[in-house]
Amino acid sequence: MSALRPSRRQLTRSLGVVLATFALPSLSAFGQAPGNVPFSLRNNRKLEGWIRLEADETVTVFTGKAELGQGILTALAQIAAEELDVGFDKIRMVSADTSRGPDEQYTFGSQSVEQGGGAVRAAGAEVRGRLLAAAARRFGVPTEQLQVRNGTIVAADGRRASFWELANEGAGLLKGDIALATAPKKPGDYAIVGKSVHRIDLPGKLTGAPSYVQDIRLPGMVFARVVRPPRYGAKLVAFDEAAVRARPGVVAVVSDGNFLAVAAGREEQAIAARDALAASARWSDDAVELPDMASLRPELKKLRAETIVVGTAGQSEPAPGEARRLSAEYSRAYLSHAAIGPSCAVAWLKDGHMTVWSHTQGAFPLRGDLAKVLSLQTGEVDVVHMSGAGCYGHNGADDVALDAVLVARAVPGVPVKLQWMRDDEFAWAPFGPAMAMKVEAALGSDGRIVDWSYDVWSNSHAMRPGQAGGVNLLAAWDLKTPFVKSPAPHIPQPFGDGDRNAVPSYELPRKEIRYHLLLDTPVRNGSFRTLGSHGNIFAIESFMDELAQAAGSDSLAFRLAHLRDPRAKAVLQAAADRAGWTPGKEGDGQRGRGLAFCRYKSIGMYAAVAVDVDVDRKTGVIKVPRVVIAADLGLVVNPDGAKNQLEGGIVQAVSLALKEQVAFDRRQITSRDWSGYSVLTFPEVPSIDIVLMQRSDPSLGAGEGSLPPTSAALANAFAHATGRRLRELPMTPERVKASLS
Amino acid sequence: MSYWITVNGESHEVTAAPETPLLYVLRNDLGLNGPKFGCGLGQCGACAASVGGKLTRTCSIALRDVGNDPIITLEGLGTLQRPHPLQKAFIDEQAAQCGYCSNGMIMAAKTLLDRNSKPSDEEIRGALADQLCRCGSHNRIVSAVRRAAMEPVR
Ligand code: FES
Ligand code: FES
Repeated sequence: MSALRPSRRQLTRSLGVVLATFALPSLSAFGQAPGNVPFSLRNNRKLEGWIRLEADETVTVFTGKAELGQGILTALAQIAAEELDVGFDKIRMVSADTSRGPDEQYTFGSQSVEQGGGAVRAAGAEVRGRLLAAAARRFGVPTEQLQVRNGTIVAADGRRASFWELANEGAGLLKGDIALATAPKKPGDYAIVGKSVHRIDLPGKLTGAPSYVQDIRLPGMVFARVVRPPRYGAKLVAFDEAAVRARPGVVAVVSDGNFLAVAAGREEQAIAARDALAASARWSDDAVELPDMASLRPELKKLRAETIVVGTAGQSEPAPGEARRLSAEYSRAYLSHAAIGPSCAVAWLKDGHMTVWSHTQGAFPLRGDLAKVLSLQTGEVDVVHMSGAGCYGHNGADDVALDAVLVARAVPGVPVKLQWMRDDEFAWAPFGPAMAMKVEAALGSDGRIVDWSYDVWSNSHAMRPGQAGGVNLLAAWDLKTPFVKSPAPHIPQPFGDGDRNAVPSYELPRKEIRYHLLLDTPVRNGSFRTLGSHGNIFAIESFMDELAQAAGSDSLAFRLAHLRDPRAKAVLQAAADRAGWTPGKEGDGQRGRGLAFCRYKSIGMYAAVAVDVDVDRKTGVIKVPRVVIAADLGLVVNPDGAKNQLEGGIVQAVSLALKEQVAFDRRQITSRDWSGYSVLTFPEVPSIDIVLMQRSDPSLGAGEGSLPPTSAALANAFAHATGRRLRELPMTPERVKASLS
Repeated sequence: MSYWITVNGESHEVTAAPETPLLYVLRNDLGLNGPKFGCGLGQCGACAASVGGKLTRTCSIALRDVGNDPIITLEGLGTLQRPHPLQKAFIDEQAAQCGYCSNGMIMAAKTLLDRNSKPSDEEIRGALADQLCRCGSHNRIVSAVRRAAMEPVR
């Protein structure tokens, strides 16, 4: 079992052959597909576009989903092996490649197992079904008398034929539209799906095999770097092209409007030339006025907004008059993706065709936007996914791809590798937007919530490339003939944007939830893991504890009393049990425990989290010794892989809650290296205890849902420990000390 | 300028400016993938290798300062077919998500185990305190180092 690496040779060999498979979607793609057609199949109906039996007795599985470090290729390989009944080691994955794979748009939102997995499952079942039918014809027996064992079909009388022999029978056997005539296996019959398997890509990554886009080396390749403006809005006035051009190794200085880059034969030469170019560049004094980061909540509310009611119930009745009303306001800071490796891309303009290797989440949407900027036909550009450093959303991957392409265009025939420097990454990759939240609720005399009103202010978290009305790529806005940004799309509930998880899962007889989508964007934003859910769940779950306290109720009991969904109740109870939840137990001023619940996207995975804290009142440092999570992910394809995702989310959420905020003054981003943006380190990482609920319901995705309730439970634990509540994230030592004094 | 350096037991002649950070020589002249560019500032540890037996941030040491110190990179520990006990332990514990930090983690763990063959969890966390991981693989990394330390030979 291995992940195929896109060698140039393979690439050209398959060009034009497999490419045609997806050139014209079949009729069924246009809305006539029945509702039970797996999402990813709807525009990619051809069987040969998903699965191919190879001459060397392996199986190639094509997916439009990309390996982002989440182990998706391993999970999809498990699904394929399961449905086909072939050995796991026979599967070869080809991932997110516009030259030879299905268009599954983006890899995001914890939907890959749901969508991509659904498609691979259907395609696998179809291949197996067609091979069975072929064997039945060959042996002259009904299919019921045939068995499939490890890629071989065996008749009752002992006659046998391997998949690969049968596939040779007719060229058309495994081609054409997937008919969905063969039902996939029942979860009860799974042999490989549901078992923990090792990630297929890790041995290479752990021994130094070429695995990342950063590891691509092409003949004659040059290295490039960009010089970005010192701040948003600054315009390039002058730079010393001749001096930089004369530096050792420099092969090109590329400028177009405010876009500035340099390429050299050696990497260190490119970096030194970048420094020289930056030093020689003069920029206009223009600036975008940035908010005052010390008071984000009021600052965000000052921006122009479009208000959308995203959830409502019981508004025809007046608000109950008798009830006790409480309200509170919360916020979270701008967040950086802060991947350990800066964004990188390789671009090569050869014979009029631009090929780009990229760690993008959306190879197809990126291809479209690159073609637009280059004034090329979509077919003249290809984007091939290669792993990058950890991907937690819309980071700089797409932007650096355009940067590389702009340099590659200036040196036709020469492959160009462009990696951002650390400061490019921190200052220019899109941020997870800051958010302000306000909750107001009323408690009835029975201690139940009778009214709920909620407001969230946030920029859009959905500014990816590939959207209508513009081009969402950094350099495109800087060109002499600039492109405009696409306007923020409307992502309806239950998915939501800044309003993701703004509508509580609790039973609330009367409620109104308003999303104030901020239209002014002083700071560049994008999608960061969970979008608005992280901020909204922090506010909602903090406030649930505040209400429980006001009602004289225990946090666990109060939540259970407002939930009807048994799966929601089950995770809460399971997390409480594992954590040793003691109702009514007081914090001792230093130590405390907090609980929070979230059903991600309102329709995804269920998670309940209990966090323990230990507060150093003198230094203001909050330590987190232990986190317990109970998660219901539906059917789990690779339990250990899912746990790895949950753990990663928890560590990230503790880091977000305690430390992370993008720093800026009124003119520019000041977080530009690791001394200006901290993340959790080894001695600070909690022990993590995971309870995975055993379910065979459809998979719900594991990539994101552990974050929001973790940050919220941490805030609740602090309040439990100290009796003081922090309503702004991050809970820095300064804020802790201020709240305790 | 031309320099002779010893990497993973082999001598190589490389031609580069004296101030060239060792990282780019390893990656681009020698074609190694283990050491990664993370920050170029000595802050993250992604570029780590062992130089003269010491854990070294190769983005922050100039080629001219390497001298005769033997350099060991991730590739010098083990291969896909014959992984080093640490690499094997990382696989067994699935101690990575993106794996971009893993080079630094394994190299830091290697130099730790070379001087302390049975470290406590706290000592492991301490030895890795300056190695950054953004994916949250920390606990698995600690388990992997603990597991490798239990191997009889290294
Ligand atoms: S790249 Fe050398 S320490 Fe970060
Ligand atoms: S595994 Fe991605 S940074 Fe550590």
